[in-house]
Amino acid sequence: MSQHPHAAPAPMGGSLVSATTLVCGVLIAIMATFLLVRFVNGLASVTNINDGYSWGIWVVVDVMIGSALACGGFSVALLVYIFNKGHYHPLVRPALLGSLFGYTLAGTGIFVDLGRWWNFWHIFWPSYSNPNSVMFEVAVCVTAYIVVMWIEFSPVFLEKLGMKDVRRKLEKLLFFFIALGVLLPMMHQSSLGTMLVVMGSQVNPLWQTPLQPAIYLLTAIVIGYGVVLFEACVASSAYRRTHEVHLLDPLAKIMLGVLAVYLLVRVGDLTARGAWGAAFAFSGVALSFWVENLAFLAPFVLIGSTAARRNPRNLFLAGIAIMLGGILLRLNGFMIGYQHHTGTGWTYFPSFGEIMVTTGMFAIEVLGYIIITRRFPVLPREHQPA
Amino acid sequence: MDSRRHFLKGVLAGGAALAGAAVAPEVCARETHTRPAEGLGLLYDSTLCVGCKACVAACKAANNNPGEFSTDDQLWDTPLDTSGYTFNIIKMYRSGTMQTKDAEENGFAFMKTSCMHCADPSCVSACPVSAMTKDPVTGIVSYDPDACVGCRYCVVACPFGIPKYQYDSPTGKIGKCELCRHRYADGHYSACAEVCPTGATLYGKTSDLLAEAKRRLALKPGSVTKIPRGRIGGPDQSYEAPVGKYIQHVYGEKEYGGTQVLKLSAVNFQKMGLPDLPEHSSAATSETIQHSLYGGLVLPVVALGALSFIAKRNVKPDDDVASNGDQKEQS
Repeated sequence: MSQHPHAAPAPMGGSLVSATTLVCGVLIAIMATFLLVRFVNGLASVTNINDGYSWGIWVVVDVMIGSALACGGFSVALLVYIFNKGHYHPLVRPALLGSLFGYTLAGTGIFVDLGRWWNFWHIFWPSYSNPNSVMFEVAVCVTAYIVVMWIEFSPVFLEKLGMKDVRRKLEKLLFFFIALGVLLPMMHQSSLGTMLVVMGSQVNPLWQTPLQPAIYLLTAIVIGYGVVLFEACVASSAYRRTHEVHLLDPLAKIMLGVLAVYLLVRVGDLTARGAWGAAFAFSGVALSFWVENLAFLAPFVLIGSTAARRNPRNLFLAGIAIMLGGILLRLNGFMIGYQHHTGTGWTYFPSFGEIMVTTGMFAIEVLGYIIITRRFPVLPREHQPA
Repeated sequence: MDSRRHFLKGVLAGGAALAGAAVAPEVCARETHTRPAEGLGLLYDSTLCVGCKACVAACKAANNNPGEFSTDDQLWDTPLDTSGYTFNIIKMYRSGTMQTKDAEENGFAFMKTSCMHCADPSCVSACPVSAMTKDPVTGIVSYDPDACVGCRYCVVACPFGIPKYQYDSPTGKIGKCELCRHRYADGHYSACAEVCPTGATLYGKTSDLLAEAKRRLALKPGSVTKIPRGRIGGPDQSYEAPVGKYIQHVYGEKEYGGTQVLKLSAVNFQKMGLPDLPEHSSAATSETIQHSLYGGLVLPVVALGALSFIAKRNVKPDDDVASNGDQKEQS
């Protein structure tokens, strides 16, 4: 097969003990302590959530934003396998690994927030489950996607374990799991946006629209590419590898294309609904709207030209801008632009404990990424300098 | 070039699949539900309420809820809002000098806050595990803690801020008014209506309550009329009282497709803390989107078929995730 020659993935090797991994370990231990308190004494003992803001950062950041930031695998798979851009292949494994961790944590992270977590299985049990509920659809699709991703990623482990027969059989079916791995995130990332709809006018008109599924889906794809840019730059500098600019440049161009479509949808929707007034209100909510959308516009300035796209620094910054825009879109809809109809005076800002648990979740992700890339064939093998 | 043509096909097919999954026609628009014919509810008439809070105390007792304190001495149950332990409360509207009852300017007025038992409840639509259900006959929106996962989507979704969670407990439940359905077997009805001395809170079938509300709205303010107490159709506990200067609107008649708890007031409902809601429920909008995309799993299955077909052509055995290209490239 010589259509898209590229370096095969290989383990990075190297020590697992470093300043980074130690810091991650400490952060995870702090998280565990707070979680112990939470499970013994209830949510109020650690969090600042209340009946006016019942969803704090454990839902919106850990699960909603966490899963959006984990869309790299889905976005790249879409490109490589559906749009048949095989030359992006070296990006698949690292992106899929990021997604695997992001989603597994987002999926398990929900247990931390569930007030009656021992009933969790009810969501999948036909006599309990409610197909009218947007959350039901999200929960089922996220769970299915996590399973599919582990199957998609299993060749990496099978390779390491030398289980060639199993791998060969799996390879024959892989196309189906890849298709599922593209479809499922499309379903639940869009539904994460639909979750806002039932909240009605408690959500600021800037984020309350029946087009929410399209808005969340398009941004999830864009965020996916943004995260790949970010991760590729971080991995390259952290592991002192050469930058994959020959791949990242065209990828960034595709990202800009999807981003342009998104912005057209966003502007068209706000115009059609006559919702622009809220954007010019003198309020923190309106400010947050502008920061969100300036972050989505920034990449056109940062990496608009081919020369700029060849500069890893600009790619890195564009990746960060996209992630910031995506994070704010979700924070704005579910928290900043959300206000309970009744009972004014509700406020929410995450407690130290809440922040430390969220930080710990991301620490697990970083630690897992380091361990797996060092021990399993994920990143493309570097050509030894002659 | 073959690979280029192949690529273009992939783009077209992929684009079609994406478009199919993302932009679906609204084939199964879900209409806003209406109240069940025999639905039960309450009529709260703010102009009759004297703010005695007997209903707050009775609700606490009927639901076996603990007291909540907002004063230093902690002598009395003094909740400031509904909570996981307080399902009913009387709030007060205040303006300026607060001289006249039921006056919007320089006056005061009372408003009951408890579950409205919506015809098309957001909480029921939101709940992923059917812990919130609406009885098809009585229309009572009930909560089952044994089903609940504690996700609190109901808390976030409800336009009236009614389902509330017990954050201080490791096994916290949602708390909300269930119209005292657990007391019906003993011949009782909603405790708040049972104890209300002025008939400000009246229990009954919502259709009867709506007729009673409209009767009051049609009367001349200040004239004297018969006001029933307790429950409509129960033993006659009526008395004569002057008709209030009502705003000509039965709150709950049409909001979000209607609620089973109805409200009358002399002060603007929004000033009294009730949201201005459209007749179309947000649950209907949400479910229309959901069922258009996922109804009968038609679109997902079609999309999966298309994506599988495309992926099968594009995944090459030696160029996929499971690539064993190592050996090839080294050779």
